[in-house]
Amino acid sequence: MQFVRDIFSFFNDQFLKMNWLNDMVEWLFADVLGFKEGTMFYTSITFFFYDVIKIFILLSVLIFLASYIQSYFSPERTKRILARYSGFGANTIGALLGTLTPFCSCSSIPIFIGFTKAGLPVGVTFSFLISSPLVDLASVILLASIFNWKIAFAYVIVGLIIAIVGGSLISLFHMERYVEDFVMKGVASDEGLVEIEEYKMTKKERIEYSIEQVKEIIQRVWIYILIGVGIGALIHGVIPRTFIERVLGDDNPFSVLIATVLGVPMYADIFGTLPIAEALVAKGVGIGTVLAFMMAVTALSLPSIILIKKVVKTKLLVMFVSIVTIGIILMGYLFNLFSYLLV
Amino acid sequence: MEIKVLGPGCPKCKKLLKMVEETNKEFAFDANIEYVTDMMEIANTGLIGTPGLMINGRIVMSGRLPTKAELITHIKAKI
Repeated sequence: MQFVRDIFSFFNDQFLKMNWLNDMVEWLFADVLGFKEGTMFYTSITFFFYDVIKIFILLSVLIFLASYIQSYFSPERTKRILARYSGFGANTIGALLGTLTPFCSCSSIPIFIGFTKAGLPVGVTFSFLISSPLVDLASVILLASIFNWKIAFAYVIVGLIIAIVGGSLISLFHMERYVEDFVMKGVASDEGLVEIEEYKMTKKERIEYSIEQVKEIIQRVWIYILIGVGIGALIHGVIPRTFIERVLGDDNPFSVLIATVLGVPMYADIFGTLPIAEALVAKGVGIGTVLAFMMAVTALSLPSIILIKKVVKTKLLVMFVSIVTIGIILMGYLFNLFSYLLV
Repeated sequence: MEIKVLGPGCPKCKKLLKMVEETNKEFAFDANIEYVTDMMEIANTGLIGTPGLMINGRIVMSGRLPTKAELITHIKAKI
């Protein structure tokens, strides 16, 4: 058993956490370039280079794998699978499929209209829309790389629960009343509906598709990653620990609340928020507070709220934003309370 | 033959339109090409993932860019 454990931790340290890279960066700055270890500048600059390189390597590999799986679940197929389920089960499947389907907030309107038109309950669509940006394969592995596997799994489970419960509540309160009329009008008629042929991609096409996805996503998110790592590096090296602890530390009862409210309007990819999370945890911020910040940034943002506003009325929009925000805050306090289980 | 590229203006959609136009010229398929950008019109077709490729009233591909070879196969299948 010990042997297996050693092998696992070797893989974990060298491939996932990339300790070799950290050693290399430190060697480069301390021994080759002659910077003094332990200074503010040294701490920030080594964090920056190590994190940027690590995230880009992991991200490329992970997006490739995730896209390959995703190539089996086109949004149209997702829609058909979902139509087979009803009630709570549909919300669960919706949240699960949300983790598999590529999603950028620009596609939330076609997804919303398409799902609604297919007769899916609005609550199921929301389960999908909540879980889609929140949980995906790449972010889970990155969480495991930066923190550990327990935290990564806990993140997935909590993310799914928020999506399932959020969507179910929207169904329970019959919020479909508050979908914009023009969307509902489309539901009633089949006018304009076109037959969609199912095309089975070959293996080669799936690989090409996955490579394209890697290029496209990296092109879209690299700037957020650099900004995120930059902020993380500043927190790591420059901002005093006492200040961060006072605002976001466990002794401040409002820490999770502050982290969530700060995170909601922000628009960034989960990959950009991870380095900030990493630096905050290193400065002694509770894991629940950090996860709440990450979830708030990824699940809700001003651009996505503005987009969704186009298809739903204010009441449903307010309910959606409140459910997700309250869910994240509850999750944050629970994680802080039980953080000793996750070490 | 009618070819419609459905897409609200995303980079991939424009690329697909360009691909279709080039292929059409190169192989002299002589198709009518239309670029549909109206979000409601697109959503009403039932398409979710953009870009969508519609040939003679049927959507043959969605949510991704085809390779050139695949695009030609799709077009030839509808001649």
